[in-house]
Amino acid sequence: MNNIWGFSISGARVIDYDRNDHRPAEGLSAEVPSSRLCIGCGGCTATCTAGAMTDFNIRKLQMLVKRGENKEAREQLHRCMLCGKCLLVCPRGVDTRRMILALYRLTAQPSL
Amino acid sequence: MYYDPFVLPFTLGMSALLIYLAVTYIRWIRSFPPRDRRTIRKNILSRKTLKAGKEIFMECLVHHKIFRTHPFLGYMHMCFGLGWFLLIVIGKIESVTYHPSWTNPPYYAIFFRFFHPAGADFPGSRVFAFLMDLVLLTILSGLLLAWLKRLYSRLLGMRRTTNHRPFDRLILTTLWLIFPLRFLAESFTAALRGGGGFLTQSAGELLSRFLPVDQLFYPAWWAYSSTLGLFFVLLPFSRYMHIPTEMVYILLKNWGIRQGDTFNAFSRFQLYACSRCGICLDRCQLGSVLNIRDTQPVYFLRKIRHGQDHSTADNNCLLCGRCEEACPVDLRLNALRLTQRPDRSHITKETYAYIPTPVPSLSRTRVAYFAGCMGQLTPGVTRSMCALFDKAGIDYTFIDEQGGICCGRPMLLSGNRGTASVLMAKNKAAIQASGAELLVTSCPICYKTFKENYGLDIPVLHHSEYISRLIEARLLQPRRSDLKTVFHSPCELGRGSGVYAAPKAVLHAVSHLQDTALDDHRSLCCGGSLANTVITPEQRTALAKNTLDTYLAYRPDLLVTACPLCKKTFGKNDTPVPVKDLAEIVAENC
Repeated sequence: MNNIWGFSISGARVIDYDRNDHRPAEGLSAEVPSSRLCIGCGGCTATCTAGAMTDFNIRKLQMLVKRGENKEAREQLHRCMLCGKCLLVCPRGVDTRRMILALYRLTAQPSL
Repeated sequence: MYYDPFVLPFTLGMSALLIYLAVTYIRWIRSFPPRDRRTIRKNILSRKTLKAGKEIFMECLVHHKIFRTHPFLGYMHMCFGLGWFLLIVIGKIESVTYHPSWTNPPYYAIFFRFFHPAGADFPGSRVFAFLMDLVLLTILSGLLLAWLKRLYSRLLGMRRTTNHRPFDRLILTTLWLIFPLRFLAESFTAALRGGGGFLTQSAGELLSRFLPVDQLFYPAWWAYSSTLGLFFVLLPFSRYMHIPTEMVYILLKNWGIRQGDTFNAFSRFQLYACSRCGICLDRCQLGSVLNIRDTQPVYFLRKIRHGQDHSTADNNCLLCGRCEEACPVDLRLNALRLTQRPDRSHITKETYAYIPTPVPSLSRTRVAYFAGCMGQLTPGVTRSMCALFDKAGIDYTFIDEQGGICCGRPMLLSGNRGTASVLMAKNKAAIQASGAELLVTSCPICYKTFKENYGLDIPVLHHSEYISRLIEARLLQPRRSDLKTVFHSPCELGRGSGVYAAPKAVLHAVSHLQDTALDDHRSLCCGGSLANTVITPEQRTALAKNTLDTYLAYRPDLLVTACPLCKKTFGKNDTPVPVKDLAEIVAENC
C-alpha cells in the first residue's frame, strides 16, 4: 500500500502467547507456588546487589517467564548472585532465590 | 586341638566378614586421588596414627561423645562397644593363660567355657571367671537400657529415635540375642561342670532346678555361635557396617584426609560410618519446629547409601551445623550435603562483565571494612561500625559503601561452585585494591568464605572480634549499661567459624550478659539460612519465631546477635524486646 500520509504504524511487537513455550512458567508456578504472590512492587529490584550495577531486574524476569520469553529470561537469569537480599525485603513472601534456582533448570533445555 | 562342629557358623561368618571388609576398604582407598594417597603414606608411620588409636578407643569403644547427649545413652553404647571389646580381650588373655599358645584359633577364646575341662584350675582362673561375668553383666545391663530406649526413649535423652529399615531391625534383633545366648550357654555349662563366675554359676544352678540343662547345654552353644555368624554375615549390608568403618574413618581423618567438594571414596567411608544412632534427629530444627522428618543426616545418608531418591533432602538443610556438632562419629555432614548439590549455573565471560573492575587505591589505609550484602540491608549496623571506627581513631576504608558484590558464599551453598569462584575472584580483587592490612566484615557469611575460600594474604576479622580487640587495646572504652542481654550466636560465626569468645567478651563489657542453655555450639538457627532452598518464607518465619521465643524465655532486655541476616530474619516477627547487632549496642554505649 502506498504510504500517502508520510508516516506509518511501526512494525508490530507481538508477543504470541500461543506460540511461546509456557513450560518454564508452568513449572515455576508448580515448583515455587509463592511466585504467584508477586504484586510487582519492585522491592526486590530496589535492593538487588546485581541490579545496582546492571539492568538485572527480578521483577522483569518474572514477567518474561510468565510471557514465555524464555530466551531473554535465560540470558538475564545468570546475572543474579543469589545473595538473598530480595528474599528479605519481599513483602509478599515470594521465595525469590528458589525461583532463580528453579529457573536455572527450567530454562536449561536448548529447545526453548 | 580344640574343636567342635558348633564353632563353624561363627568361624565361617567371621572369615567372610573379614575378607569382605578387606576387599571393600582396599578398593575404596585405591580409588582415592593420588594426593590423598600420598598424604596417607606420609602420615601412616607418625604420631597421628597413635592419636587416631586414642580416638578409636574413646569414640568407638567408650563412645565418650554420646555421654554429652545423655549419660544413660552414653553408658548404653559403652556397654556394647567397650563391653564387647573387653569380653574379647579378657577372654583371649584367659584362654592364653590356661593354654599358653598364641596360635589358638580365634573361636577357642570366644567359646572358652565350652572347651575348658571341668574343674581344671589355672592361675587366676577365679579372677578371670569373675571379670568375664562382670563384663557380661555390664553388657546385659546395656541391653536392658536398649530395650527401654525402644519403649521410652526420653529416659535416655532422646525425643525421637531413628525409624529403621526392616532389615536393620532384623540384625538389631540378632545383636540383642548374642549376649543373652552367651549368658545361657555359659550358665548351663557352669551348672553342669562348675567353674562359672558369680553370675553364670548362680544363674546356672538356679536354671538347672527347672530346666533340663544337660539337654540344653549343647544347643545353646550352637545357637550362640550361629547368632554370631549370622550377625557377621549381615553386618556389611546393615547399619552395623559403622563398627569397622568408623575405625578406618578415624584413621583416615587423622592422617589428614578431608572431605572436598565432590562425593568420593572418603565420602563413602563417612556414609558407611554413620551408625544411624539418631542423635542428629533431635538437633534438627526442621524436624522439631517444622515437622520435616526425612531430611536429617541419618535419613539423608541412608538414602544415598541405598540408592533412594534424595534430591529434596540435598537442598532441604539449613547447614546450621547443629547435627554436625552433636554427631558422635564426627562426620562432615555439611560438606557431605554440599557434595550433593550440583552446579547448574551457566555463565560466560559476559555474565558478570557488568561488575566494575576495582581501581587500586593510592593511599594505603590500615583497615578495610566490608559490610556485605546483608550488612547493606541493615544500615544500623554499618552506621554503628563507622561510628566505632571514628571513635577509636582508626584509619579505615569502607570498601562496599557504594554497593559491593556478593562474597560468593550463597552461590557456593547452592552448589554453583563455578559461578561462586568468579564472584570470589572479582571480590578478592576489590579487597586487594583497597591496599588495607586488615579486613573487617560485619557478615559472618562473608567472614567464613573470606577465611576459607579467598586465600587472602591479610588477616580477616569479624566485627565482633575486631571490637573485642579495640576494647582490649582501650581504644574503645564503652560504659557498662544496665541492660540484661542474651546473645544469639550466628551459625556461620559460631559453629561455622569457631568464634565464640569474642562476642561474649564484648557483651560482658557493655551489658549484663545472661548465660543460657543455647550458648556457644548449642545455639539455634534463626531460620534465615541461605543454604536451604526448599522451605518456604512462611516456614522460615515459623523457625524464627520459635528461636525468638526460646531466647526470650530468658527475659532479656535486649536480644543481641552478630549477624545482619539473623537480625533481619528476627525483625520480621513482632518482638517484645528489640533485637540488635553487637556493633549497635557498643556504639550506643561509647
